[in-house]
Amino acid sequence: MVPLSWYILLSTVVFGIGVIGFIIRRNLIMIFLSIELMLNSVNISLAAFSHYLQSMTGQILVFFVITVAAAEAAIGLAIIIALYRHKPSITAEEVNLLKG
Amino acid sequence: MLILIPLLPFIAFLINILFGRRFIRDRAHYVSIPAVVGSFILSVGAFMDVLDGRVINVNLYEWVISGSFVVPVGFLIDQLTAIMLIVVTSISSLIFIYSVGYMHGDRGYYRFFAYLSLFVFSMLVLVMSNNFLLLYFGWEAVGLCSYLLIGFWYERPSASNAGKKAFIVNRFGDFGFGLGIILIFLTFGSLEYLKVFSEAGSILGQKTSIFGLEVETITLICLLLFCGAVGKSAQIPLHVWLPDAMEGPTPVSALIHAATMVTAGVFMVARCNPLFNLSHTAMTTVAVVGGVTAIFAASIGLVQNDIKRIIAYSTVSQLGYMFLALGVGAYTAGIFHLYTHAYFKALLFLGSGSVIHALHDEMNIQRMGGLKRYMPITYWTFVIASLSISGIPGLAGFFSKDEILYRTFLGGGTGKILWVLGTIAALMTAFYSFRLIYLAFHGDFRGSEEQLRHVHESPPVMTIPLILLAIGAIAAGWVGIPSIFMEHGDRIGEFLAPVLGRPEAEGAHSTEVMVMTLSVIVSIIGILMAYIMYVKKTDLPERMGSALRPIYTMLYNKYWFDEFYHVTIVRPVLRASEKVFLGFFDGRIIEGVVNGVPDLIGSFSQRFRRIQTGLLSSYGLIMVLGAIIIIWAVIFSR
Repeated sequence: MVPLSWYILLSTVVFGIGVIGFIIRRNLIMIFLSIELMLNSVNISLAAFSHYLQSMTGQILVFFVITVAAAEAAIGLAIIIALYRHKPSITAEEVNLLKG
Repeated sequence: MLILIPLLPFIAFLINILFGRRFIRDRAHYVSIPAVVGSFILSVGAFMDVLDGRVINVNLYEWVISGSFVVPVGFLIDQLTAIMLIVVTSISSLIFIYSVGYMHGDRGYYRFFAYLSLFVFSMLVLVMSNNFLLLYFGWEAVGLCSYLLIGFWYERPSASNAGKKAFIVNRFGDFGFGLGIILIFLTFGSLEYLKVFSEAGSILGQKTSIFGLEVETITLICLLLFCGAVGKSAQIPLHVWLPDAMEGPTPVSALIHAATMVTAGVFMVARCNPLFNLSHTAMTTVAVVGGVTAIFAASIGLVQNDIKRIIAYSTVSQLGYMFLALGVGAYTAGIFHLYTHAYFKALLFLGSGSVIHALHDEMNIQRMGGLKRYMPITYWTFVIASLSISGIPGLAGFFSKDEILYRTFLGGGTGKILWVLGTIAALMTAFYSFRLIYLAFHGDFRGSEEQLRHVHESPPVMTIPLILLAIGAIAAGWVGIPSIFMEHGDRIGEFLAPVLGRPEAEGAHSTEVMVMTLSVIVSIIGILMAYIMYVKKTDLPERMGSALRPIYTMLYNKYWFDEFYHVTIVRPVLRASEKVFLGFFDGRIIEGVVNGVPDLIGSFSQRFRRIQTGLLSSYGLIMVLGAIIIIWAVIFSR
């Protein structure tokens, strides 16, 4: 049986990749994927804890996260498409209309 | 029905002010004149109701209810009110009709009639009210209307300043008046005339302490009320607004001086006679202020050159007579003079308006002359009014003025001195009235050719009110013929007796005849002097002016009252408001707060706006760092 710590480790690594990708990538779609990566890393740890603690609460929470992620993906992609139509680029630096 | 007396002019005001500019325009008089004539007819009805000595006291509804303190809106129609109603509405009606001609073609025609109607409404409320609060309402409303009408031609700075001056000077008096009413409430617990007057005797001897000084309450009340009267009726030292009020259109001057506004003070003191009777100090004050004002204003009138200002000072002087009468306890004589004065003073003003109208706004009598030929109706009515004000036997002014002088003469030691003042003032009155006539209507015309070509008699809509008022100026006094001429001739005295009482002291007939003869002689001397100086030896005024240079200058500059107030009150107040309120309070504190807050926010924003780079990745970095700090805090704060 795989120990709990491995799952946590995996989750941390995936989350870290997500964070770094979120910060350093320029392409909006890649940033978007990084966010998904972070959400799913949390899902992994939730599922692992759920199994470890023999409680369904964690897995229910996973479903909620997946639902939110799906909604977020729909909205996020829609925004990116709208942005691309408005200005043929999806590079994060060029989207700076709100600069103070 | 009674409610309609003030309500009709008010409705006319509402209609004119709401629909005047768009729809009514120069048909405004079709609204206002029927309204005020309607009030006149109803006033005559009310007069008939109280002719047999009845008193009508009706409450329409409770205006203020607070615990045991109740102020109704209600009317008290007694003999005094009835006389005032007749005076106010009859004079106003004639002035309204006259205004149709005088104000013809003015841009603010509808506005003029609206304000006039409001003025009449306010005055009617003032005289009809049955409690002090409603009186105060009318009192202030009259002040407001005077402001609106004196500053009617508000494009002219002098007019709008005169309006402000009238209002502000009146506030000084009204402040005292308001305090007086508050003191009445504190003392009696009620503001209704009948209640206050019936209990007035019970507070004799009661003291009030102000600033550690023990003063008899009743005296204090009376003096405070009299403050209001001094302001509204233009007595020394608050008389300065009245001559400036001449900036308003002439019908307004007539209305202010004859029917509304300035008579309010006299009316109020007469109305409160049960209070004043209890305070010897207050009565003496009233008499002295009146007597001094009478001679003081008359002396200024001697040398003025503005036709309307001469008449204005004459009003101040005549009001002084009225207060003189009130102060010596001859309330009836005071009200009688108010009533006769209304007719000849309205006539003088409307006559001068007719002259000004004919000469295209020329007001300096030194540039008139010889108008008798061109304007016979104006001339003759003017002469009648002047004879009446001078006290020539048979005319209205004679009866009331002699009544006052006679009563003053009987009034003990102070009375004798005041009587001398009054008699000298009568001499001056006759002199300046006829100086005005001789300069304006006799001799040769001294104005420009252009004016001479356009001189014309006024249209009938203006001359008919003049003729009607002239009849009043002749006949109005016939209701108060002294008993030495006719048994029961003093009808007005008997009529007013239930409200104002009868003067106690009755002198010998010979005294009355002596006083009367003397004042008639004095008036004739005054007229003759004017005749000699301005018709026969026309170089005499010039020589006298230079011989008595200091006195002439003092009179011409009205004893420097305006200058004195300017230095002691107006300028310090303006300075203070400029430096302290505008400079420090407004400039530093108010603007400091108002501008400081946005400045503070702005400078913060200037710093923080650098964070908002628009770079998604830097936002991300901050989010991550924030999350790390929060997690850190959660873990290590355990």
